Amino acid sequence: MPENKGRPNRLGIWGWLGGGRWGAERYLYTLHRVTGLGVLFYFLLHIVVTSSRALGQASWESAMGKVTGPLFTIGEYLVFVALAFHAANGIRLVLIELGFGVGKPIEPVYPYRTSLNVQRPLAVLAMLLAAVLIVMGGLDFFVLGTH
Amino acid sequence: MKEVTFRIRQFDPNRDAEPHWETYRIDWAPGMTVLDGLWKVKELHAPGLAWRSSCRMGVCGSCGMLINGKPTLACNTQISELGTDVVAVAPLPNFNIIRDLVPDLFPMFRAHQALLPYVVREDLEEREEPTGEFWQSAHELEQYLQFSYCIKCGCCMAACPTYATDPLYSGPMPLAQAHRYNTDTRDGGFAARKEVLSGTAGPWRCHYAGECSRVCPKGVDPAKAIQLMKRELVLDFLHLRKKKCPAPVAAKPTEVRRRDGVPDAPAPTV
Amino acid sequence: MMRDQKLWTWHVLAGLVILVFAGLHMAIMHLDAILGIFSPAGGHPIDWANVVARGKSLFFTVTYIVLLGAALFHGLYGLRNILLELNFGPALRKAIGVVLLLLGAGLFVYGTWAAVASHTLAKSV
Repeated sequence: MPENKGRPNRLGIWGWLGGGRWGAERYLYTLHRVTGLGVLFYFLLHIVVTSSRALGQASWESAMGKVTGPLFTIGEYLVFVALAFHAANGIRLVLIELGFGVGKPIEPVYPYRTSLNVQRPLAVLAMLLAAVLIVMGGLDFFVLGTH
Repeated sequence: MKEVTFRIRQFDPNRDAEPHWETYRIDWAPGMTVLDGLWKVKELHAPGLAWRSSCRMGVCGSCGMLINGKPTLACNTQISELGTDVVAVAPLPNFNIIRDLVPDLFPMFRAHQALLPYVVREDLEEREEPTGEFWQSAHELEQYLQFSYCIKCGCCMAACPTYATDPLYSGPMPLAQAHRYNTDTRDGGFAARKEVLSGTAGPWRCHYAGECSRVCPKGVDPAKAIQLMKRELVLDFLHLRKKKCPAPVAAKPTEVRRRDGVPDAPAPTV
Repeated sequence: MMRDQKLWTWHVLAGLVILVFAGLHMAIMHLDAILGIFSPAGGHPIDWANVVARGKSLFFTVTYIVLLGAALFHGLYGLRNILLELNFGPALRKAIGVVLLLLGAGLFVYGTWAAVASHTLAKSV
C-alpha cells in the first residue's frame, strides 16, 4: 500500500466545534464534554476543600469561610447546572451507547430514518429532566436559599 | 438563463503553497447536480480541475466532497436543493489533499482492512469448493443488511468529530463494517476482530455525535451500528455474550422429485 | 489488549454509581429547601452540626468513599479520552496515562483518609 501522500487536511479541534452543518446531537456531544471538564475541575478542588472537616470544626469553618460570597454562590450554581446537564445527558448516553433506543437495523428507504430520529424523544426527555433539575436548583440557590 | 457561482477549493502541489478558493460562474439548468456543475467549470473555465467521480448516480462512492459545509456526494446533490446561488466545494476534510478535490482515502482503507471486512470461517474447503449455500434466515439477514449498503465514500469519516482529531480511531465506516460482519451469521471472526476492537482503534472513542449517520448518502446509519457493536463488546467483556457458531451449510433436500413436464437443466458447460 | 474495552465498561458502571450517589449528594446539599433531607440539625447543610451528623453515619462514610472512587475514575478516564483524542506522540500519551493514574490514586487516598478521619472525629464529638 502506498504511504500517506498529500497535504494534511484534518479539521483538528475545529472538528469538535464546527466541522460542518450540525445536528442537535453534535451540540449535545460538545456540551457533554465541556460540562464534564467543568465538573471535574470543581470536583478535584472540592476533594481538597471538604477534606478540611477531618481536622475539626475550626478547620472546616475556615475552609467554608474561604468559599462563601456571591461569586462563589454563582460559581457553584453553574457547577450544579453543568452536573444536571451532564447527568441527564449521561443517562441518555448510557442507554444509547449500549444499543437501547437506537432502533433496529432496517431497510434504508429515502428519506432515511436513522438512529438519530429514533433516539430524539429520549434526547428531549433528557433535556427536560435537566431543565427541571436546573430550575429546582436555581430555586434552592437563589430564592428559597438556605444558601 | 440563471447563473450560479461555484467556489472551489483548489490546490496544485506543484504550484501552490496553500489551498485557495477560486470562483467561477456557470449557467444553471434544472436538474443540474454539483457534479454536472464541476464538469461545466472544467469545460469552460478550469481545465486543470481535478476530482474523483465515476457512476454519477450515487452508487460508487467516488465523488465525496464538502459541499456548502456538508460532506456529501456531488452526483447526488442537486444545485437547486442547496437553497443558494453560491456552491462552495472543498475536498473531504480529515483526509490529506492530493490535489484540488481529491482526498487520500488510504488511511480509511487501511483501518477498514485491519478489521477483516469479509466472512471469516474455519472451513476453508467449503469456501474454496462450495457444496451449497450457508443457512441464513431472512431475520438474520435483516440484522446486518442495512450496514452492507455502505459504498465507502468517506463522508462519514469527514463528518466525525473524533476522526477530526484522532487518526488512530478507526472511524465510522470501518467500525460499521466490522459490525456488519460480526452480525453476519455466516461469519466466525468476532474473536479475530476483537483484537483490534478492544483497543484504541475500537468504537470507544465514539461519543454518539451522530454526524456520520446524518451525512451518509445511503442511509447506512453507522452510528447505530457502532452503538449496537458496543453492546456486543461490553457483553463479551462481562462474559455474557452468547457464542454463536457460524452458519452451517444448508443441506440439500434429498426427498424431492422433479414434477412431470418440467425439463432438466442444461448440462454445465464449464 | 483489553484495555479500552475494559476501561470503558467500568466508566459506564462508574457513571451509574455516580448518578445514584451524587444525586443523593445534590439532593442533600442543593435541594434541601425543597426536599429537606438529611440535615438533621436544621439550618444550612454545611453547618458543622450537620457535617458531624453525617460524619457519624457509617452509611455516609462508606458511600462518600464509593462516590469518591467512582467519580475520580469516571472523570479522569473522561479527561484521558479527551487528551488522547488530541493526538499527541506516543511518549506524551504514556505520560498522560501515568500522570492521571497517579493523580487519581493520590486524591483517592487523601479523600479516603479524610472520610475515615472525620468519621472517627464525629463519633468522638
